[in-house]
Amino acid sequence: MHPFNYYDPRTVEEAVEVLKKFGDRAKCLAGGTDVLVQTRGERYELDAIVDVKKIPELTSVDWTNDHLIIGAATPCYVLYEDPKVCEAFPGIIDSASLIGGIQIQSRASLGGNLCNASPSADGICSLIVHEAECVIAGPNGIREIPVEEMCVGPGKNAMDEGEFLVSIKLPLKNSFFSSSYERFIPRNEMDIAVAAVASSVSLENGKISSCRIALAAVGPTPIFAEEASKMLIGKEPTEENIKNASNKAKEIASPISDMRGTVEHRKDLIEVLTRRTLSKAVERVSV
Amino acid sequence: MSDNNVRKVAINTTINGQEMDILVDPYVSLLETLREVVGMTGTKEGCNDGNCGACTINIDGRIVDSCLVLGVEAEGKNIETVEGMATPDGLHPLQQAFLEEAALQCGICTPGFLVSAKALLDNEPKPSEERIRHWLAGNLCRCTGYDKIVKAVKKASD
Repeated sequence: MHPFNYYDPRTVEEAVEVLKKFGDRAKCLAGGTDVLVQTRGERYELDAIVDVKKIPELTSVDWTNDHLIIGAATPCYVLYEDPKVCEAFPGIIDSASLIGGIQIQSRASLGGNLCNASPSADGICSLIVHEAECVIAGPNGIREIPVEEMCVGPGKNAMDEGEFLVSIKLPLKNSFFSSSYERFIPRNEMDIAVAAVASSVSLENGKISSCRIALAAVGPTPIFAEEASKMLIGKEPTEENIKNASNKAKEIASPISDMRGTVEHRKDLIEVLTRRTLSKAVERVSV
Repeated sequence: MSDNNVRKVAINTTINGQEMDILVDPYVSLLETLREVVGMTGTKEGCNDGNCGACTINIDGRIVDSCLVLGVEAEGKNIETVEGMATPDGLHPLQQAFLEEAALQCGICTPGFLVSAKALLDNEPKPSEERIRHWLAGNLCRCTGYDKIVKAVKKASD
């Protein structure tokens, strides 16, 4: 492995300076559960690793009037051990509590999961159905993009050289909103999704007033299944309506066959998981 | 630009209650730091990529895979390794239970299992079998089939 230096900036501005100086020979370190493995595996060669965990806004969880702002390097356990976050963002918690094992959850962050841009990432679909925004810092200041625009290819994110993810902004929802995330793996824990789905719904007067469905491991990036989501707007959450949207999600899925599963298996899984997560989200609103 | 001028970093950390100053290469894992710099070889290297949990240690009350932490990140931290479990008076109850239940064969995964299980019992003295199995999912054992390990943890919690 190529030796690198360690930088631990205390402010966003300092981090931008270091990242600018080293360009593509620097990467941010949050939990290290992807970046250290990839560096060691010589996927890239670094001169600098920039530990962003000492920048206060990177590890804080802040509630504003209309958002929950999760620092990009906040470890998963901080989220699922926070009862307020658990209550307001059930789909996010489904994801945060099944990424890796306990050791991984002590370090891994949703921000890191997002930047790593794996098609099978467990955290990204939940962020998509919660309409999350990415707060990105760079040499030109701060910009925000919707989370579904963050992943642009396997392992590729939408950030330019010198930019890094500061936080994830989740809009606060009312009590008629809920969400759910489920993946299929052949084991109980510690595996990569063969296929996975996150769904969110808002219910008003017995009808679905908003819906978002996102699919993982069935395309080069996590997919926002917008067409399937729209089908449910204004409809009652009946078995038949949910089934129709799930079939649409299955159509949208465009997986490959590999060691984890075949195209047919993955498409079938998307139909089943969409049905389950939609039903679960509806059930969570009702209780 | 390429910067090959890699400088060692001085860190201050506490391992099993003992404060120490050590000098580490900034690109070296905490696992390697413990084994090669500090000379504590109780923590084992298995996969070296965060899958097997053999290198599990406790940092500030949370278990982590030390292969996925840089040595420099130990600055100011409170670290517990398997070497900190037994006391001059005897083995830790978990270690004793692992012996009595024969919860190991080759032993490579054992320090990781012990450190993980200790973190569980420190916070939840009476976990269910399901809870134990879930908690230990990040620790792999290729010899025992897990039943004896789970029994040993259960025994230590009784």
